[in-house]
Amino acid sequence: MTLPLAAEVPTRLVHLSPVDVVIVAFYFALVLSIGWYLRGRANTGEDFFMAGREMTAWVAGLSFLSANLGALELMGWAGSAYQYGILATHWYWIGAIPAMLFLALVMMPFYYISKTHSVPGYLKLRFGEPSRALSAISFAFMTVLMSGVNMFAMAKVMQIVLGWDINFSIWVSSITVAIYVTLGGLRSAIFNEVLQFFLIWAGALLIPILGLYEAGGWGNLKLQIAQRTSEQYVHLWSGLGSFTTNPMGIHWTGIVFGLGAVISMGYWTTDFLVVQRILAAKDIRSAEMAPIIGAGFKMMVPFIVILPGLIGLAVLPEKLVPESVAAVTGGHSYNDVLPLMLARYCGPGLLGLGVTALIAGFMSGMAGNVSAFTTVWTYDIYRPLINSKSSDHHYVNMGRWTTIIGVLISVGTAYLVMQFASIMDYVQALFSFFIAPLFGTVLLGMLWKRATGAGGFFGLLCGTLSSIAMWAWVKVDPAALRYVALSPHAKGLAQDMYQALWSFIVCVLVTVAVSLATKPIAEAELTGLVYGLTTVPSIGDVPLYQKPLFWAAAVVVVFFILNIVFW
Amino acid sequence: MEVRGVISIWFFIGVSLAVNGALILAAGIYQLLNPPLHPGVVLFNLHAGVWWGAVLLVFGLIYCFKFAPTRRS
Repeated sequence: MTLPLAAEVPTRLVHLSPVDVVIVAFYFALVLSIGWYLRGRANTGEDFFMAGREMTAWVAGLSFLSANLGALELMGWAGSAYQYGILATHWYWIGAIPAMLFLALVMMPFYYISKTHSVPGYLKLRFGEPSRALSAISFAFMTVLMSGVNMFAMAKVMQIVLGWDINFSIWVSSITVAIYVTLGGLRSAIFNEVLQFFLIWAGALLIPILGLYEAGGWGNLKLQIAQRTSEQYVHLWSGLGSFTTNPMGIHWTGIVFGLGAVISMGYWTTDFLVVQRILAAKDIRSAEMAPIIGAGFKMMVPFIVILPGLIGLAVLPEKLVPESVAAVTGGHSYNDVLPLMLARYCGPGLLGLGVTALIAGFMSGMAGNVSAFTTVWTYDIYRPLINSKSSDHHYVNMGRWTTIIGVLISVGTAYLVMQFASIMDYVQALFSFFIAPLFGTVLLGMLWKRATGAGGFFGLLCGTLSSIAMWAWVKVDPAALRYVALSPHAKGLAQDMYQALWSFIVCVLVTVAVSLATKPIAEAELTGLVYGLTTVPSIGDVPLYQKPLFWAAAVVVVFFILNIVFW
Repeated sequence: MEVRGVISIWFFIGVSLAVNGALILAAGIYQLLNPPLHPGVVLFNLHAGVWWGAVLLVFGLIYCFKFAPTRRS
């Protein structure tokens, strides 16, 4: 989501009544109370960093989903739905569901059995210290920077939507997050993520319900959208046969192979921000069920994100424009569509709940970033590289201090972005460089026993460097997009898809080549880490409806039905 | 979360839904009884605050009751 950084700030979109302010204030009081209540439950490393590994499947699953359901994502994808139509749903369905199920059924057993604290921790066990160091340092650095970028973006949104002062938003949200994560650790972050999940649904569900009522049902909504734009705005797949027959300028190969097979796999299976929630599950069945539960709800999220954008296309009297245009004209941009719909339907009280949902989404996202940063810093950087012989109590204290320092670095980044707007684009691009190659490395590590430490390290390194090189090539020469994304008609999102695909392929090829040229790792050292050498513990003699495979199959059936219905 | 001695997360969810539902319901009833000249929202006649607030309140109270710390102990 991009924002009008240097532009005149338009008039605020909504005005809060006293009852709205009470609802927002109650949210802050509740999350601080939860943090205070949990302060005595985070005394050991397992408690503080892994929430005691005692989460049920439902708590871990909803937290796993919520970590990705931030306010900027909600507003950004609602805006994308207004801009690109129903195509934006691909990021919630094919761009998430197969990856979540793959994590649950294929990868999670290895993460869970190895008892690792983090994804870089798994790389240490499988490929050795250099791979962990590369992954941990890049993740920690980028996570805390992303947290700062999101903080500034959200403060800007609060200024635009509510007229709040940017400094006020930054400091109030930061201090609140710092307090409740420092006190309760990952458990506190997870509690608040689950709370956020319910607040988002409670605050946003009214918009599609009332919007469909106003539009006269789904059939009439499609007709109105087709009249105002084109028929391709309401079809998921039928326009993807060519780069030029859909609003996104993308081909189905980019969606299927770039988004579905690489980017989403990379994000949902190796981004520690989300995987950390599953590692906190209480047993192997819960760890497998949690992503499946998350997938079930993920399929429904377009109802509160994409549908409001589509309804906005049909019922809003004004035409929304790109951020760059809105910054000049003072009008509303695509990204304003969700707050505009909120203001259109929600009166006193309901508006407060909607705004609270946005704030909760932002704060839990920030808490997720900070708690993941804290764990990776303490367990994958500080302990192995700086101080390996201290007590568990020392590492917990380090975690608490790292939480505070992580929040302060985020605040600093937010102010840096305020001064140098272009940093935001660079940081967001940087984050994407690591995801696809990391997926290649972890995947080969889990499924191919011949992969060696050197293969894993150089594959990850070369994949990341190739991603940076492609990005820089297009930045220097925009015409290069036709080579990276296979078409001169491709747009920004298409570039992301193909860039991920190529960097994944580079990572895999280099890993395979270097592995074959180096000495294999002894099989005894790979037990519990690699497919074929690991005995996955049984989930016990449970009825069919409690088996992860059963629910994964149910999700797959619904997934195909939805894609066919909206073809 | 099923942990000895820890209040269930679902109880906190219940408190949140119940309090927010009560506030929204109260605001909705006030607007129902004192309709403004210029409501400012589309479909004001549906009084969404009343029924949505009631739904949240009911769900919240069910969660609060079912996962109350006193019941768990």
